[in-house]
Amino acid sequence: MTKHEIEITVNGRKRRLTVKPNDLLLNVIREDLVLTGTKYGCGIGECAACTVLMEGKPVLACMILAVAAHGKNITTIEGLADGDKLVPVQQAFIDHGAIQCGFCTPGMVLTSHALLNENPDPSEEEIRDYLRGNYCRCTGYTAIVKAVQSCAKKNQ
Amino acid sequence: MHVNTRIMPVEFEYLEPKTKAEALEMLAKYDNVKVLAGGTDLIVKLKTGADIKVDYMMNVKEIEELNYIKLEDNLVKIGAVTPLSTIENNEIINKYLPILSEAIKAMAAIAVRNMGTIGGNLCNSSPAGDTIPPLTVYDAKLILAGKQGTKEVSVEEFITGPGKNILAQDEMLVEVVVPAPKENTGAAFIKKTRVKADISKINTAVLMERVEDKCVNCRIAMGSVAAKVVRILPAEEAVRGQKVDLNLCQKAAQIVSDEIKPIDDNRSTAEYRKEIARVIVEDAMKIAWQRSGGEKIND
Repeated sequence: MTKHEIEITVNGRKRRLTVKPNDLLLNVIREDLVLTGTKYGCGIGECAACTVLMEGKPVLACMILAVAAHGKNITTIEGLADGDKLVPVQQAFIDHGAIQCGFCTPGMVLTSHALLNENPDPSEEEIRDYLRGNYCRCTGYTAIVKAVQSCAKKNQ
Repeated sequence: MHVNTRIMPVEFEYLEPKTKAEALEMLAKYDNVKVLAGGTDLIVKLKTGADIKVDYMMNVKEIEELNYIKLEDNLVKIGAVTPLSTIENNEIINKYLPILSEAIKAMAAIAVRNMGTIGGNLCNSSPAGDTIPPLTVYDAKLILAGKQGTKEVSVEEFITGPGKNILAQDEMLVEVVVPAPKENTGAAFIKKTRVKADISKINTAVLMERVEDKCVNCRIAMGSVAAKVVRILPAEEAVRGQKVDLNLCQKAAQIVSDEIKPIDDNRSTAEYRKEIARVIVEDAMKIAWQRSGGEKIND
């Protein structure tokens, strides 16, 4: 397999990497960049624990070839806060106790953040619909939905 | 067999054409090229050990000229690599092909729809593919391109069986062309799943064209009841030219249930599929009829 030089912007920082054609973006993020907030869950696009934002939109890093991410802008959970300053939905997860084991949390927070950017005033139904692919096996959905709801414009 | 989905076990060379012409040249030049779009089906299949021969992986997602939605001469044209999430929110689609948008909104998770493309859903050719029944009843044509030129086929001609279609090794799907439905036409899409993000146990799309209180044209497509998405011609025939009422909807729905020969699999049973087909076709007909401007059909 011919190796490829790629350049991706991760959390605002340009990273140059050499990857094999079958390297997955998830493994490059976790192992080469040591950003282990992005989780490996099912590996087949069912659970969304590996969610990252690509050009601001949620995608699943377990199904993306790293070489195909060349030139893209990627945000992982580590890149959401500005230093110690959390984005509103991160603070809301803390305030609502919307975290149990924490494994789904990076994907949940990133997907919620993308939803609020797309639709700043989502209803409960819209929140549940947008998050329907993110699995929480502690079944902490109620607190998660409440956390996101508290960030909706009408509740500010 | 133990499957490790942490890695991609298959080895291949990577190709990334930037134009359609470049992609067609690569398809003609190399053997065993697999076209990669969103990867939400192909990557999973390769990870889980599907028997797919791939020496070259050709990523078509960077071909900008195949990413568009436009209305031209009363035809809705969708580029093959247009992401599903772009289609579901597009004004032209919502106005002219609303059940395509509804079917996509009911698919998987937002992250999967951001990655997946309409061309990918068609070329994956699943009997449960949710874009297929709407495109079938809307009478969509698919444009297949090869180095020798292009050809136009219907969705029914394109898909031949589970995961199988007529694409030659050196061809690719480049565009989906859908005639804008006539005035007084209504359509509906219904799918049944265990939880919302699931692959369909069964799905249906119904399109009805109305003149006064009669349906002059009816198309009914069913997914997950055969080796591919199928139209139920005897049911369509029973509706055509008839005055539409509850009785007619129930009669057509019963014909669908009698005609289909579904199987038991890990998502549902043949028995359930035959029963629920009757229910969802009746419901879809009522919705389609009302959307065509017809009078609401009460039970």
